[in-house]
Amino acid sequence: MLQLVTAVIQPRRLETVKDALKDAGVAGMTVTEARGFGRQGGHTETYRGAEYEVEFVPKVKIEILCGDEDADRIADAIVSAARSGEIGDGKIWVAPVSRAIRIRTGEVGTEAV
Amino acid sequence: MKRKLLTGGVLGAVLVVVMASPALAQEELAPASQFVLDNLWIFIAGVLVYFMQAGFALVEAGLTRSKNVSNIMMKNLMDMSAGVLAFALVGFGIAFGGGELLGGWFGFDIGIAGVEQTTGDGLLPSTFFFFQAAFAATAATIVSGAMAERTKFRSYFVYSFFITALIYPVVLRWTWGGGWLAQLEFPFSDFAGSTIVHATGGWAAMMGAIILGPRLGRYGKDGRPRAIPGHSIPFVVLGVMILFIGWFGFNPGSELAANVFVMQIALKTLLAATAGSVAAMILNWSLDGKPDVSIAANGLLAGLVAITAPVGAVETWAAPVIGAIGGLIVVFSVRLFDRLKVDDPVGAISVHAVAGTFGTLSIALFARYDDAFLGRENAGLFYGGGLDQLGTQLLFVIVHFIFVTTTAGALFLAIRATLGLRVSEEEELIGLDVMEHGSPGYGHDPGIPGTSSVGAESSDRLARS
Ligand SMILES: Nc1ncnc2c1ncn2[C@@H]1O[C@H](COP(=O)(O)OP(=O)(O)OP(=O)(O)O)[C@@H](O)[C@H]1O
Ligand SMILES: [Mg+2]
Repeated sequence: MLQLVTAVIQPRRLETVKDALKDAGVAGMTVTEARGFGRQGGHTETYRGAEYEVEFVPKVKIEILCGDEDADRIADAIVSAARSGEIGDGKIWVAPVSRAIRIRTGEVGTEAV
Repeated sequence: MKRKLLTGGVLGAVLVVVMASPALAQEELAPASQFVLDNLWIFIAGVLVYFMQAGFALVEAGLTRSKNVSNIMMKNLMDMSAGVLAFALVGFGIAFGGGELLGGWFGFDIGIAGVEQTTGDGLLPSTFFFFQAAFAATAATIVSGAMAERTKFRSYFVYSFFITALIYPVVLRWTWGGGWLAQLEFPFSDFAGSTIVHATGGWAAMMGAIILGPRLGRYGKDGRPRAIPGHSIPFVVLGVMILFIGWFGFNPGSELAANVFVMQIALKTLLAATAGSVAAMILNWSLDGKPDVSIAANGLLAGLVAITAPVGAVETWAAPVIGAIGGLIVVFSVRLFDRLKVDDPVGAISVHAVAGTFGTLSIALFARYDDAFLGRENAGLFYGGGLDQLGTQLLFVIVHFIFVTTTAGALFLAIRATLGLRVSEEEELIGLDVMEHGSPGYGHDPGIPGTSSVGAESSDRLARS
């Protein structure tokens, strides 16, 4: 079976996380610029003397498709590379994937990763 | 004198230049060379003033959102183009032509008859028109920033025709056209147009912003101002620096001749501009805890607008003082209009109308020299001139305020009643680029990150909630 590891991290941590994932031997990853909020729900900035809410904070979302046996190791690698100990460090979730296909070769399942 | 220049350091050099200039006046040029120099210099100064259009366009684009960038660029392109044509067709004749209506309060000469004349002396009529049309376009373009992100393009186009055809030319006729304000016992003074040009655009901008109402999401449900950050601070700073350069045509060119006063005016302009930006930055920094880039940029412009009227009449030391006060005023003024719910995304009202009015009044305090408008030396209160000039300057700015707010207000209300002034809510949320002009300013290329419409939509939702 396949798993999809999704992590939302601080943009400034992307390099470190990528290096950690390469060291962990991942075959590929997808990176998306994302915006969101967690428990603290954004923050306030000033512009030209008036305040405004930054309700959606810039984040980076990374997705890694991997085999069942690698999912925990990959999630742990992300946690240790992305943690600063401050609020907004991010979230990771893992979900089962029912089907994956490698487009060029038509391979499916773990072969496709 | 040369040795002093080399050894005296920067301040010494500045003093030598300022003090040396009257002496230079004695070396008179042959009339033909003077004629060529005058016309060539005013031509170049005019080109610098047209270059300010690029500055306005960039400042306004930078301080608004990317979904409206084509629209703001188009407004800048068209208020210049329509404005110059309207000025050629009607405005210039009203301002400087013969013919008198209502005891000289209005003129009725139409067109630019006579500009093809080639005299051998002074400014050619064509040089004068070229230079004056650049000023008309400046007055017109000030308004687009205050009305940005929510005005129908066609309505703005109609407005820009009328301000340069009718409103600005009447102000000109009363002042530089030699009209009643120039004929008072103590004539008005406004050397390069703090009030005549900048406050005309600025007060018209205020009427436009009031009649339009604020952008969606600009004020929260609790009524508190909520900033809508612009999309490019580099555009803002680049634009302000272009305006700064253009101002060395605007003020020194207003001498209307190549003479010894040109560099003195340039120097005073320089000191006022830089003092304005530093003063605005320090005040804004102490109020908000961080120095806001666009407020410092507004401060530079406020310093420039403030010194535009008094630049011929005041001593060099007074220029940075006037510029700095202009910079301080703009910081408070931006906040005030914010609180009054007059949504001016670029600070045009504060920079051009408020700092411009202050600059015009400052003559009554700081005037030392005869700037060719005052007709006497030491007209300022600080030089024993008493309150006579203050009376004239107050009359001037008050009559000007009433005239511009009334006529511009009537123009915008008439446009609202016929063409409509504001775009639909839907159009405002999607952005004016696509809805008014057919394509986005930055393209929709899925291969280029940041050009998808996803971000724009979510910031709309943000603005709306
Ligand atoms: N429940 C959620 N569902 C989906 N995405 C979430 C959720 N919570 C957080 N995120 C995403 O993760 C990003 C970072 O969240 P964040 O780290 O602030 O979570 P948090 O629970 O507030 O933790 P912390 O207290 O450490 O800040 C958010 O900006 C958002 O994109
Ligand atoms: Mg959080």
